[in-house]
Parts: sequence; C-alpha cells; structure tokens
Amino acid sequence: MIKNSSKIINLIKVETVEMRGIVKQFPGVLANDHINFDVHVGEVHTLLGENGAGKSTLMKILYGIYHQDEGEIYVNGKLVNIRSPLDAIRLGIGMVHQHFMLVPTLTVAENVALGLPSSRKFLLDLDMVTERIKELVKINGLYVDPEAKVWQLSVGEQQRVEILKVLYRGASLLILDEPTAVLTPQEVEELFHVLRSMIKRGYTIIFISHKLREVLSLSNRITILRDGKVVKTLPAVEATQEKLARLMVGREVLLQVEHPAVKLGKVALALEGIWVQGDEGLHALRGIDLEVHSGEILGIAGVSGNGQSELAEVIAGLRKPTQGKVFIKGINVTNWSPSQLLDYGLSYIPEERMRDGVVQEFNIEENLILKDHIHPPYAKGIFMNFHKIGQESERLIKNFDIRTPSRYTSLKSLSGGNIQKLILARELSRKPSVLVAAQPTRGLDISATEYVHRQLIEQRIKLKTATLLISDDLDEILSLADRIAVIYEGEIMGVVKRNEVSVEELGMMMGGVHKDNIP
Amino acid sequence: MKAAKKIDYYSFLEKITPLIAVIFALLVGAIVIVIIGEDPIYVYKILFSNAISNRDGWGNVLFRATPLIFTGLAVAFAFRCGLFNIGGEGQVYIGAFLSTWVGFTFTSLPAFILIPLCILAAAAGGALWAAVPGILKAKKGVHEVIVTIMMNWIAASLTFFLVLKYKAPETETMIAAGVKQMIPHTKEIAQAARLPRLYDLFKSINIDFPSYNQVNVSFFIAIGVAILAYYILWKTNLGYEIRAVGYNPLAAEYGGISVAKNIVLAMVISGAFAGLVGTNEVMGFKYRWRQELFTGLGFNGIAVALLGKNHPLGVVLAAILFGILNYGGAIVNIFTEGRIPRELIMVLQAVIVIFVVISDEIVKRLIVKRRKLT
Repeated sequence: MIKNSSKIINLIKVETVEMRGIVKQFPGVLANDHINFDVHVGEVHTLLGENGAGKSTLMKILYGIYHQDEGEIYVNGKLVNIRSPLDAIRLGIGMVHQHFMLVPTLTVAENVALGLPSSRKFLLDLDMVTERIKELVKINGLYVDPEAKVWQLSVGEQQRVEILKVLYRGASLLILDEPTAVLTPQEVEELFHVLRSMIKRGYTIIFISHKLREVLSLSNRITILRDGKVVKTLPAVEATQEKLARLMVGREVLLQVEHPAVKLGKVALALEGIWVQGDEGLHALRGIDLEVHSGEILGIAGVSGNGQSELAEVIAGLRKPTQGKVFIKGINVTNWSPSQLLDYGLSYIPEERMRDGVVQEFNIEENLILKDHIHPPYAKGIFMNFHKIGQESERLIKNFDIRTPSRYTSLKSLSGGNIQKLILARELSRKPSVLVAAQPTRGLDISATEYVHRQLIEQRIKLKTATLLISDDLDEILSLADRIAVIYEGEIMGVVKRNEVSVEELGMMMGGVHKDNIP
Repeated sequence: MKAAKKIDYYSFLEKITPLIAVIFALLVGAIVIVIIGEDPIYVYKILFSNAISNRDGWGNVLFRATPLIFTGLAVAFAFRCGLFNIGGEGQVYIGAFLSTWVGFTFTSLPAFILIPLCILAAAAGGALWAAVPGILKAKKGVHEVIVTIMMNWIAASLTFFLVLKYKAPETETMIAAGVKQMIPHTKEIAQAARLPRLYDLFKSINIDFPSYNQVNVSFFIAIGVAILAYYILWKTNLGYEIRAVGYNPLAAEYGGISVAKNIVLAMVISGAFAGLVGTNEVMGFKYRWRQELFTGLGFNGIAVALLGKNHPLGVVLAAILFGILNYGGAIVNIFTEGRIPRELIMVLQAVIVIFVVISDEIVKRLIVKRRKLT
C-alpha cells in the first residue's frame, strides 16, 4: 500500500488540510471571498466552478504560488504558513498544472530529477532515479518508460510524467488542475483508474474541473465555487449533473441542446479518395470519402491524432492532398489557396484557436474583420473603411454577446469563451456554405459551450450551412451531429445516423473495427 | 473596471519607456563625464543649447536626423511584418548609388523630371537590394538576418567597384600638384538633380537662415515618408496584412493572407525607405557618391527604430534626438578642447538602446504579472 511507496521515496503523509476564511483580492477582483475548504486522507474532493470562479486561485494559495490576504491554512491540524511551492512540497502537497512543464528533449527520468539535489553531490544519479521511477510506475500503474524522451510521449503519458514528478517529491496530497482538458475519453478513463487506485492506497486528491460527468464519476465530495464564494459543498452521491450545473452557473442550464430536424439540401462538401501526408511524412489520411449536405452537421468522431487535424486542414486549403479531390458546391476546389476557399464560402474554426484563429496583438475590431479585410464593406480600394468596420463590429459584438468594454479592447484581455464567440461571430457572419468546426468547445466553460452548441445548431437551420464538426468529445458529437463518421488511422470506419447507433458501436469503430465487421 | 484602468496605466508606461530610457542614459552619461573630470551640467548645457536654441543648430540637427528617419523607418516597417532588416547599410549604398548614377548620366533632363527620377532611383535601388532577402525568406525560409548582412558586404564591394568605374576626374590643381584622388568618389550629379537647401527656400520668403547650413528639402521627403509609412500600416489593407503576418503568421495564413507575398512586399518597401537616404546625402549635400557618407546609417536605423518603438512618429522623434546628440556632441568636443570626445555620444546612444530594451522588458513583466494576478 502507501508503505510500498515510502520504501522508495520519502513520503510525506497528509491527513487533513483545512483552509479557513481564505480571502484573496486582486486589483478589481475579489478572487476568493472567505472560502472554507477542507480535504481528508483517502478522498477526492472536487473544486467545481466556471472559469474565473476562483478555484485555481485557491489552489495556487495552497501550493504557495500566491499568498492569501486573510485566512489560515491548517495541515494535519497545525497552522502553517506556505510561502512558496517549496514549502508546499515539504508539507506533502504537490500540484499538477493544466499546462505541462516538461523539457521535451530530456528523458522522463531527467525531467523528474530536474531541480532535485543529486544523491551523488556533483554527479548525476540518473540510474537511481530511473530505478525509483520504475518502482513508482509499478506501484501506481502510471505506465511510462523512464528512459523515453518526453517529446516521444503522447499527451496522456506526459501527464503521467507530471504526476510522477509530484509523487517522486514525496507528495501524498495531489492537486490536479483540469487534468482532463487535454485528454481523450479513453485517456481520461485510464487516468481515473490510476487515481482511484491511488486513493485506495492512502493518497488524497483535490480535483479542479468544470466537466460535470467526470466530476460525478471521480469525486467523493464536491465544492462549488461561484464568483469567488463557496456556493455549496456536497457529497457526490447527492449530486446530479443538472443540480451541479445550476449551482455552478446560478441558473438553469440546458445540458442537451434542442435538435430540430432539418431537410437536407444538396451535397455542399465532398471529399473523394483524399490522401494526405502528416507532419512526420506518413500518410495521415488514407483515401477519405465524405459527403456533407447543406443544412447538416456531420460529426467526425475518433480518438485524437487519427487524422482529424489533417482533415480540417486539407479542406481549409492549408494542407495539399497527395491524391484525391475536394468539391465545394460541386466545384473541384482541390489545391485552391485558403483565400480562394474563404471567398468561395468556406468558414473555418481552427482547433488551436489562440494560435491559428486570432491575432492576439490585434484588438477585437481588427480580429473580427480577418478573412474579409480586403472585401467591401471593410475595404474601400486599398484603404480600410473604418466607419463600416466599426459599425459591423458593434453589431457582431452585440449579436454574439462578446463581453468586452469596447471594440478597441485588446484581444488578450478576453476570456477563452469570449474569444471563441468572436471567432464564431466572424465565421458565421460570413454566411458560409461550408463550415469546418474543429474542437469548437475545447477548454471552454459550461456557459460558453452551451452558447457555441446553440449557435452551431441555429446556423444549420438559418443559413443551411454544411457543417463538418470535428471533436474529441463524443458527447458533443452525439448531441450535435445528424450523422457521424468515425475516423481511425486516417480511414473512415463507417458513417452512421446519430439515432441509429449505440455508443458501444461507435467505441468499436473508434478502436479500428470497420462498421461492416461489427457483429 | 479598476483592473482595466491599471492595465491602461501600464500601456501608458509602455509608451513612455523610451523617455525613461533617455533620462537614465543621460544620468549614466553624467557619471562618465564626471569620471573624465568635467562638469556634466556644463557639458549638457553646451550640448543642448547649441543644438536647439538657434536656427543654425536646428538646421544641423535636422540635417543629421534626416538619413536616420529613412533608415529608422526601414527597420521599423520591416519589423511590423516580423522581419529584422539589418541590411539598411547595403540598401542605402545601392539606392544612393543608383540615384547618383541617374544624376550624373541624364544630365540633359530638366529638374522637374530629373529630381523625381533620382528620388525614384534611390528608392528602387534600396527596394531591389531588399527584395533578394525578402524573396529568399518567402520562398525558401532563409533567415533574413543572414541574407541582409551578407547583402551589406556585397553592396559595399559592388559600389566600391562602381565608384572606381565612375571616378571623378582629377582637377587641374591636382594634376598640377601631381597628387592623386585619395578618397574615391564619383562624378558630380547635374545641377538639375540637386535638391534645394532650406536656406534657398527661406530666402525666398524672407526668413533669415544661415546659407552654409546643410539641411535640405530631403528632410521634408523624410517626413512625407514617415506619414506614408503610417498610412500604409494603419489605414490600408496591405498594412493590416503586414501587421497580421508580423504578429501571427499562422493566423494570417488561416485568414487567407499570403505570408510570402507580404514578406516580400514589406522588405521591398523597407528597402525603398532605406535607399532614400541618397536624397539627403547625395542630392541635398555632397552631390556625389562617397562611401563614408553612409557608413553606419543603416545600423543606427536599428537603434532609432528601437527607441521609436517601431512607430513612424516615434522614429522621427528618435532620429531628431540622435541628431541633437550627434551635433551637440561635436560642439561639446570643440568647447572642451577635446577633453570630452565625440565618442561620448556613441556611449550615450548605446546606453539609450540598452535602457530601452531593459525598461521594455521590465514593463512587459509588470504587465504579465498583473495579468496573471487578475
């Protein structure tokens, strides 16, 4: 049990942590307003709340990154003053951040040993570190090769390295900040399996999340934060998704979008035998055939990394196919440039929205006109028509409910949800005949996700857009798509109607079983 | 709301960092002057009073500022597209040479044709020289810093070769004395290719201005180019594209903007700005091409762009400051009988650049910290 671990590493046991009356004031924002929070050995206590509710701030106080303005922290019943992460680690508290902090060119063992004193003074003791990691891996089921380079690892494996780093430092209380945001459903299951077994062996976990289903499946207790205050702490067995959503947002939330049937139009987007090379030179897409009708949402389901990104890029003209043809509205658009495609009625919501979707240094107005900046009414000859740009921006900000002080506000000061609203506003206001939406709600909170879903459904009715929805979130696909195509290693395993398929069948196709071979 | 105001305060701070940097640099300069054994207040008084307290001083300052406005704008413009054009030096050589060549070749043309032609030649020469690194970057991804610096050497050698080809004839007195031309320079450009000095302009409207002052019409060209740069960058869709590519080439590409096209265009425009130095040094001052006229201007342009925060107005102000320091420094050297060397000005300029970089970084960190907190 936990004793096994203590043979290898110097485990620091945490029985209880209690935070009392924590107040943290940032300029203009009361991030934590007299928060009481406690956690006991052997439980998963979840902090649930929307972005900006104060959950990360509270945990950063516990981990010593921030210091509270008021309030006390007790560890094992003793008042402590946590001044830095080093203090927290000495108390047995470890934190796994949402964004990994690993050196890609170093091995797993080197990453774990980074920053720790060597047992051999000035010489490296990597062999010993490797041995210890192997032990930790075995005991905790965190399978990863200590001698592999980090860049070779999948996202799920990298996360295990982050957890190993914390365990290696002797922590027995783990703070996991939105650990599932970057994982596929399968990887989430694996992670939860590991966490559950760790709990049984005497570890304690504080889980930060806003994904209701995951929270319910993992937690013992749930504390809901809203606007820096504790709304409620309740045992997970007393909670339902609807109840949690209501407490979190402060109003009723529609978890299931209404999905009125739509009469299908002509084929707006068609792919014929598309082969595409991935970044590593291998074929990421191997003979893809797809058809999307106007007024339809075709969901692309699959475990991430099976060619979804390449599929989106080839349609957007950012990646050239080695074989095959792309048709939009019956015209062969293979090898058209992105700008030609945009002008022909394609809109694209990129997967990496901060990197590919917006120019962070531009203000909101400038971001809203990207893609149409050379066309009237935004352009007048070679000049920009600021009067019209202003009018249109104000209209889009209002219609799409982008929360901002003004259209001149720098994009950087917007929240993730508002940035996605801006991208939606830009892409949908172009009245596209084909829309490619790649991971449109990844990393968004519940309100923003609800908003994006509603918009995608609405425009499908209003604009008769043919939408290709690519998402790792199977729930999202199931609630939005009219038909679902499952992609596996660059091939389509089958295209099915949403209401004629079970999750089990989809799961098998996602694992590489062709639709025709499903018994 | 309160948070928004705080951020505004920092962006204000960000805007005035050059001012803070200049003040710090003057303090460091004062320490150096004390070490030399002079009175810093006395030295600074000479420096600034001579440069800006009379018309002759202002003329000298603006004359020195003019080429730096051109090269500063060149660096700033390319930087807006995410390119570091350190080839200003070579672009200046080629632009100025082409302009000179036009000036001494088409001598029969009237001024109203020859002057615009020479100006165009200056811009075209610089543009051509900058197009090479632009195209290499756009097509093959070759880093523009490497190519521009290599192009500087090629330009220096090429113009040197051409100068010998179009060498000025030796004057009768030189032949009589049996001496050779020591500094290679070209023939003079035609009278019709010369830009009027401000003295000529002021004389016609009865303003008293020293006739020996070298400031000429090229200064107005520089101001015009600064305004042009501002208009291109913030009022046209070309400028929008250039800035989008500079900030985030990926998002630009996704937005249907051709990154390659904009890189080439930004380099060409940048090079044209640099080439226009020829209007001041050749068409308005020496009327011939001589390498030493241009040495260092391209590189000083980098400092000017940095101090001017890559904004056309900032570049003009920074160039004028450098003009003040250059001219004032020369005067200080004379007044102190050489005890304060002119090189003090180079120290001041260097320290300004260092402080701009440091204070930029400090403000950036303050903003990041502030953002993390909220």
